[in-house]
Amino acid sequence: MRKRLQVNPVACAGHGACAELLPELITLDEWGYPIVAGQPVPHGLVREARRAVAGCPALALHLTRVA
Amino acid sequence: MTDSLTLPHPMTAAAGLPLRPGLPRLLPDAGTVPVDLRAHLAAHGPLRPAGGRGGLQREVAAAGLTGRGGAAFPVARKLAAAAQTRPAPVVAGNGAEGEPASNKDRSLLWISPHLVLDGLQLAAWAAGSGTAVLYVPRSRRLYDRLAGAIAERATAGMDAASVELVTAPDRFLAGEESALASRLAGRPALPAHRPVRGLPRLAPGRAALVQNVETLAHLALIARYGAAWFREAGTEAEPGTMLATVQLADGRTSVAEVPLGAGLAGLLGLDDGPGPAGAGAAGPCVPSAFGPVQAVLVGGYHGAWLPAAQAAALPLADAALRPLGAAVGAGVLSALPADRCGLAETARVARYLALESAGQCGPCFNGLPRIAAAVAHLAGPHPDPRARADLDRWAGLVTGRGACHHPDGSVRFIRSALRVFAAEAGLHEQGRCSGTDPRPFLPVPAAAPATEEDWS
Amino acid sequence: MTGITGSTALWYASRATGVVTLLLLTTVVVLGILVNRQGRLPGLPGFAVTGLHRNVSLLAVAFLAIHVVTAIADPYVTIGLAAAVLPFASPYKPFWLGLGAISLDLVAALILTSLARARMSRRAWRAIHWLGYAAWPLAVLHSIGSSTDTHSGLVLGVLAVCVLATLAALAWRLSHAAREVPRAQRAAAALSDMSPRKAGLR
Repeated sequence: MRKRLQVNPVACAGHGACAELLPELITLDEWGYPIVAGQPVPHGLVREARRAVAGCPALALHLTRVA
Repeated sequence: MTDSLTLPHPMTAAAGLPLRPGLPRLLPDAGTVPVDLRAHLAAHGPLRPAGGRGGLQREVAAAGLTGRGGAAFPVARKLAAAAQTRPAPVVAGNGAEGEPASNKDRSLLWISPHLVLDGLQLAAWAAGSGTAVLYVPRSRRLYDRLAGAIAERATAGMDAASVELVTAPDRFLAGEESALASRLAGRPALPAHRPVRGLPRLAPGRAALVQNVETLAHLALIARYGAAWFREAGTEAEPGTMLATVQLADGRTSVAEVPLGAGLAGLLGLDDGPGPAGAGAAGPCVPSAFGPVQAVLVGGYHGAWLPAAQAAALPLADAALRPLGAAVGAGVLSALPADRCGLAETARVARYLALESAGQCGPCFNGLPRIAAAVAHLAGPHPDPRARADLDRWAGLVTGRGACHHPDGSVRFIRSALRVFAAEAGLHEQGRCSGTDPRPFLPVPAAAPATEEDWS
Repeated sequence: MTGITGSTALWYASRATGVVTLLLLTTVVVLGILVNRQGRLPGLPGFAVTGLHRNVSLLAVAFLAIHVVTAIADPYVTIGLAAAVLPFASPYKPFWLGLGAISLDLVAALILTSLARARMSRRAWRAIHWLGYAAWPLAVLHSIGSSTDTHSGLVLGVLAVCVLATLAALAWRLSHAAREVPRAQRAAAALSDMSPRKAGLR
């Protein structure tokens, strides 16, 4: 079951916790907003991805099933 | 607050456009005279779709009707999705027309409201919904006319679904589907994040079937005359007619009903191929009955510029336009005269697009204003060489990172301008400009939003 | 000094855990303000502020539970189980303990909604979370009125530190909020922020 990371750009306030917790897949643009890699999350990083999702103060990061 | 309803003159046989048999369909033969209920019933008869809901669904699918609001989504698929949604969705006719260069929805609502209202009833019936909403621009005169039409139909007992009139704020994004849904739910008309494709939601468990008002008008005619009739105009892949808002090179705007696939040259009064109109910064200018044209903006402010010589050879059809980075969209066409600076026009529109950002998504409200400032810089003399590089970087950063397509569409428009007006940019680097007329050409509203009320 | 009997042990435990709970609640409020304003704690990454806010709140709940249970179990004064959540239901000092009960109810609402956050609307969650600004002063008033501990000595010092810290954090938040750009003006602000080098609009 492949998972993908998605940001809710309306809820995102640019806290940046996700990029701290998952730098392999998330970087911040020059304004502090997350750029999320579009490919599915590699199996070895799923646990870190869940931590990043939980760590967002705005609950703006989601792990969804790849359609 | 002044009434913002200004209607362009509908154009039927003007500008050398050959009169096609069976046209017009949505607009009456006689100019701008609005069609009242009596005239409407006399022209089209009562609405009695044969074959039940399944029959209507089949006719719409066979007709190949696609949305006329810009996205061209197949209507049959949307109706089918709505019919399967429980509870039944609210059905909304979208006439907000936030695009400043577009005037066809306003004109249709003013002149042929009963076709739109028939279509709204059909959509509500197909979706199994008893509630319908007509989402309209903020104009007292239009509101009163539509309220009168709805009341007249209610007295005649024509409508099964109740119709509520809801006004849209005067924003570019007011007609975006999820913004419309927000407005119907009583919140400001701001786009929402849509993680799953499907009907937009007003609230958890409450969806909306949204169709452009022109689409509903076509639906009302297909229900009466059938799919085969609908397909008598247009092309095989893109059947039917559409309302196009056309701004000619002399600045005048009119609304014309044209078959899909009609030549842009005929719509804009362009002569075939470049002629003695000379060369402008966008390449060879094409003469027209209304002045020489250097470039054509296809699809409004989320559309794309095309050089005039190229546009003159193209039809109004996605099959021909998409490979060139353009699209039919909501049928908005503007013929830029040779004496204007294409970059200055683009900069004015880019600034408007930036200020119309909903301000919800960081990449959009940070990126679009910076991009607009960079375009403005390129539209001036001796621009800093870093402006172009910054613009490219920002354009890459905003694309696909908003909740709606505002950043994507704006970037498409601006990138097409940089391509088509590349020679103009070269002139500006040398401190020169090919534009001799400083007057604004493309319509851009003066007032920028500043408070929450401006979005409500 | 007489020895501490079983019952007085419960009474002391309740008072002690009450002080600790107040301290922890204050920490949670201050950390919450930091999270909201994207503030940082020196030496710690950003995600740690959020993590601390959440973990300390759970710790506060644990101490709150002990505080309430020991107070009810203690036979010295009659409080009754219901008084923990029903305001003013206690025979002993009904008003001051009632404030504590309200504060506990609000804290429970905050904790439960935050645990179920993914399942509720953003608007509803935020509205309930704002009640934290009511829960804290109620806890402070409850502390002052329920026991004379807070009127002198070390505990008064702790109370003063809690109040000062919260007021300072609030003042910091309000000063930032005054400068914050409302949503409807964010794009316009970014546009006018552009340096003159990049401006030059006709």
